[in-house]
Amino acid sequence: MIGFLLRRTLLAVPLLLGVATIVFSLIHLIPGDPVEVMLGAGAGAADVSGLRHRLGLDRPLLLQYADFMVRLLRGDLGISLRYQDPVGALLAERYPATLLLASCSMILALLLAIPAGVAAALRPGGLADRLTSVASAMALSLPSFWLGPLLILVFAIRLDLLPVSGMDSPAAVLLPAFTLALSLAALLTRLLRASLLEESGANYLRAARSRGLSRVGAVVRHALRNALAPVLTVAALQLGSLLTGAILTETIFAWPGLGRLLIQAIAHRDYPLVQGCVLLIAATYVAVNLAADLLHVLLDPRAAAR
Amino acid sequence: MSLRRRPALGIGAALLLGLALAGVAAPWIAPYPPEQQDLENRLTDPDSAHPFGRDDLGRDLLSRAIWGARISLLTGAVVVLISGLAGVLIGSLAGLAGGALDACVVGVMDLLLSFPGVLLAIALVAVLGSHLANLILALCLIGWVGYARLARTLVLGLKGRPFFEAALSAGSRPGRLLVTHLLPNLLGPVLVQASLGLGAVILAEAGLSFLGLGVPPPAPSWGSMLRAGSQNLLDAPRLAIVPGAAIFLAVLGANLVGEALAERLDPARRAEGAFL
Repeated sequence: MIGFLLRRTLLAVPLLLGVATIVFSLIHLIPGDPVEVMLGAGAGAADVSGLRHRLGLDRPLLLQYADFMVRLLRGDLGISLRYQDPVGALLAERYPATLLLASCSMILALLLAIPAGVAAALRPGGLADRLTSVASAMALSLPSFWLGPLLILVFAIRLDLLPVSGMDSPAAVLLPAFTLALSLAALLTRLLRASLLEESGANYLRAARSRGLSRVGAVVRHALRNALAPVLTVAALQLGSLLTGAILTETIFAWPGLGRLLIQAIAHRDYPLVQGCVLLIAATYVAVNLAADLLHVLLDPRAAAR
Repeated sequence: MSLRRRPALGIGAALLLGLALAGVAAPWIAPYPPEQQDLENRLTDPDSAHPFGRDDLGRDLLSRAIWGARISLLTGAVVVLISGLAGVLIGSLAGLAGGALDACVVGVMDLLLSFPGVLLAIALVAVLGSHLANLILALCLIGWVGYARLARTLVLGLKGRPFFEAALSAGSRPGRLLVTHLLPNLLGPVLVQASLGLGAVILAEAGLSFLGLGVPPPAPSWGSMLRAGSQNLLDAPRLAIVPGAAIFLAVLGANLVGEALAERLDPARRAEGAFL
């Protein structure tokens, strides 16, 4: 198992290198002169050549790449064109808000999915099963950028129960977290239902029932523990998708996280900041996937052999 | 599989077909041109001439929603077709050839899969510029990987089957093997993936347009209509409700069809136990 853990961790290194290379190439994919695009049509020649020099774009490509990688290792992501602050500092300021939103969404998704999955699996084809099946099909098709505004309309504007946007009070996290959590909850509900049904014929359940445990008791106390392992692995893998989903959710709710920073940076053609945001989100995604794989092996050591 | 027993396929197909027909027939059934403004009648409530009312530039919301079907479904179909064809070709060739080509393709797939797809699409459109063609390009660049991985796995499985070895020993050339023996066996699973992928592409296109990175205004894309609508939530919530509902129905249709096909092709998914 230790061999698997080491191998899997080492595998993340080339992936991170690849991610950094893609992020480096972004600025070179800008059609035309990237510096003129960043500064806009009215920029003077001195400004253009000054920024070109500052970004190192006047040097040979290979040298630029080497320089980018060396600076990256030192944690230097350049200076934001709009804020004139180090990109690293801006990311550090916004990162916690995104992590908070993603974590709250994950907790909410599990809180919704576990009872719904158990209720659906208890009687396959029954009313609860059919209801959760329809609800999860709808939730998986529901665009978060539609659900978000609808929730704002109902809970913030019409009922005036929750804040419209920002993160000034603890209650402000509820609407964005629910918006982000709903489709994940639907996915986990389906998985838990399937995973529970796989356990349904197991002898240990028969034994538990013969000891006088009710069906619900047997499922909750015995089957759920086994059925949760694959669900938790998928949940951990989906944490990465929550980070990208947060780009839309943060924009809808003016949540001051990385996603919103990225969209603002794109709108202002602040490419060093765009690169920084993309790099941090992608690196977190790689790290989360690695952690999910490791968690999977810890929960089910047979997986290391496969 | 009767439609009565499994209504999901029927409902999904009806939704997709209805929206596709609306998109095709948009020039004839939309009551007004989608970009025709009437600034003196901005945000007016629904009436008999404008069943969904007018938007912030006085344009007819119903007409824009109908034309929006064309952009959304066409983008979805084009992306699924291009990325599906490219992915199946690359994946099956890699699986068939093995060796260095396979290792190379697997390396590229692993890298692209380690990068969150939507983020890559956002980053590409951000640097290339907001344009429908760039959006399609970005979605194809992230979309082919799923099909390639599926095709490669299936081809690797088929390579060990007796019919393949028989054809090989009978002297069939690799190209012929691919076309006559492998591709027909890939069709079912690829169709399922394409149907589920259509929903994902429609959602991604609308999401990027919502962020201002997709189809630029004044073109009637559901995503950009929803973006404008969410800025008028207080005065006219229907501006957000109508395009959002359209996106939801299109994605639901594609997902229902995909899941029904998956269930039909994989009977194991239907076999379920029950608790004691």
